[in-house]
Amino acid sequence: MSDSSTNKQGFWSRVFHLYYDGFRSMTVGKTLWLIIFIKLFIFFIVIKMIFFPDFLGTKCDSDQEKTEYVRQQLVPGP
Amino acid sequence: MEELINVVDWSRAQFALTAIYHWLFVPLTLGLGIIVAVMETIYLKTKSEKWLATTKFWMTIFGVNFAIGVATGIILEFEFGTNWSNYSWFVGDIFGAPLAVEGILAFFMESTFIAVMFFGWKKVSPKFHLAATWLTAIGASLSALWILVANAWMQYPTGCEFNPATMRNEMTSFAAVALSPMAMSKFFHTVLSAWALGGVFVCGVCGWMMLKKRNLDHCWRSLKVGAWVGVIGIVLTMVTGDTSAITVAKYQPMKLAAMEGLYKGDHGQAIVAFGILNPSKQAFDEQDPYLFDISIPYGLSFLATHDFKAFVPGIEDIINGVSYDKEGNEVNTVSYAERMERGKRLQEMLSQYSAAMSSGNTLMQDSLKSTINADFKNFGYAYLDKPEEAIPNVPLTFYTFHFMVTVGGYLMLFLLLALLFAYKPEILNKAKWAKWWHILAIITIPLTYLCSASGWIVAEVGRQPWTIQDLMPNKVAISDLSAGYVQVTFWIFAVVFTALLIADIGIICKQISKKSQTNLDTVND
Repeated sequence: MSDSSTNKQGFWSRVFHLYYDGFRSMTVGKTLWLIIFIKLFIFFIVIKMIFFPDFLGTKCDSDQEKTEYVRQQLVPGP
Repeated sequence: MEELINVVDWSRAQFALTAIYHWLFVPLTLGLGIIVAVMETIYLKTKSEKWLATTKFWMTIFGVNFAIGVATGIILEFEFGTNWSNYSWFVGDIFGAPLAVEGILAFFMESTFIAVMFFGWKKVSPKFHLAATWLTAIGASLSALWILVANAWMQYPTGCEFNPATMRNEMTSFAAVALSPMAMSKFFHTVLSAWALGGVFVCGVCGWMMLKKRNLDHCWRSLKVGAWVGVIGIVLTMVTGDTSAITVAKYQPMKLAAMEGLYKGDHGQAIVAFGILNPSKQAFDEQDPYLFDISIPYGLSFLATHDFKAFVPGIEDIINGVSYDKEGNEVNTVSYAERMERGKRLQEMLSQYSAAMSSGNTLMQDSLKSTINADFKNFGYAYLDKPEEAIPNVPLTFYTFHFMVTVGGYLMLFLLLALLFAYKPEILNKAKWAKWWHILAIITIPLTYLCSASGWIVAEVGRQPWTIQDLMPNKVAISDLSAGYVQVTFWIFAVVFTALLIADIGIICKQISKKSQTNLDTVND
């Protein structure tokens, strides 16, 4: 029990230090992370939330309503 | 109606803009990933510090491109949900399944091992590090596989059944979707072309460094790997291009006809090696489709079927439903006018199905469902106002196809010469024209990107007007939005993606310039 627990801790500790030390020693990587965060903010917060809602979700409350909405769009009425 | 067409055009333009920008980042990740993995393999085998330094140089460039490009593809999924909502619903879980696999398997594989690749030099064993580098490269290709599977389904819908109760397509065979001939040829053709692009990129960067007379040994080392990967990539791209042509001829004959500007087909059909289209040519008029052309006899028949004498239908033949078998007998195909009639009957059956649902008549529903599915390949034709509406933009498809093929041929020659010079550097060292070769290598980088983008334009413009081949045209797939709304986001994307591209090119150039001034025969960190 204690052996496997130690091994497990050792593994996760090594994973943590892989990332921790890696991020600390980055040079050009810091600029890249800044670009990545700015990009993700623009994509997910600005563009997605303001300009790209789920179109059917804004028109319909349930899958049944979505089905009927699309049916009306695809099948002309009598 | 005019407003609707504008929405369709703007939504298509927006999708094209974002897809092409996204594709500027992807092929370099795919190609350079393999090149870096090969370089590290050589380092591990030779234990040479020089190869380690070279590996780390290209790994930095790979990292910059990966970081700037990551998540640019997610925009396309935003557009599906907002601009193409009818399509998103109609396509059901067919599109979702490959994308989910991509997200769970490939993306996590890629993002886990890329951390080991960049942070793990002194943390893990050399063999584990090498495995991580290869798995990053393979993970990137697997990501591409699932996206291309989804795209291939739109070109050749298979492995599914339409459920009129939910108005969605339901997957009946994941294997049929994932392993369809269209998906396989698309995947290999696309990924291998990225190897060629990666090879050209290495040759071009080395060309610049050689012009500046910086780190020549590093350049020769890089050229060996870059040129090899590039040559293998371009040769296999041509082989898979041949497979793609056969697949397109079988499943999307209209696209093949548009690629060649072919209006009336023939047995032993020639292929246009170089041509200028007659801009006033319309289907079913008697004008010559070309103002000028140089053709190779029997070429298109061979390309499309591997049979020099086979019949290749032109645009007018396809619309009229005319084709011939190998023996020259007329084959009973269905004209577009007939397909439009059948599509309209399917629409009527859908209305009847809806009525049967309301009245709870399950027997009628089952009967109608099987009848609808039996002829569902004609469903999309109901929305065409006339058969000619199913003709894609011929000039754009024709010219981009011929540009792609011409540049592809040039790349083969360029990469073979690069490989020769990599192993016989004395040729280039003694040559008075060496400077011009290096300049040519630099110019070849943007040319290869244009070639790659052209391939996508052929694939996507050539299948118009369909969002899903034969099942759903663009004008039905689109959401009920205003054109102005789509225009706003189009310009936002144009600005954001241009900024990202400038950042990508700027940081890559800065890194190349900075690192090329250090000694790349030793490890500097």
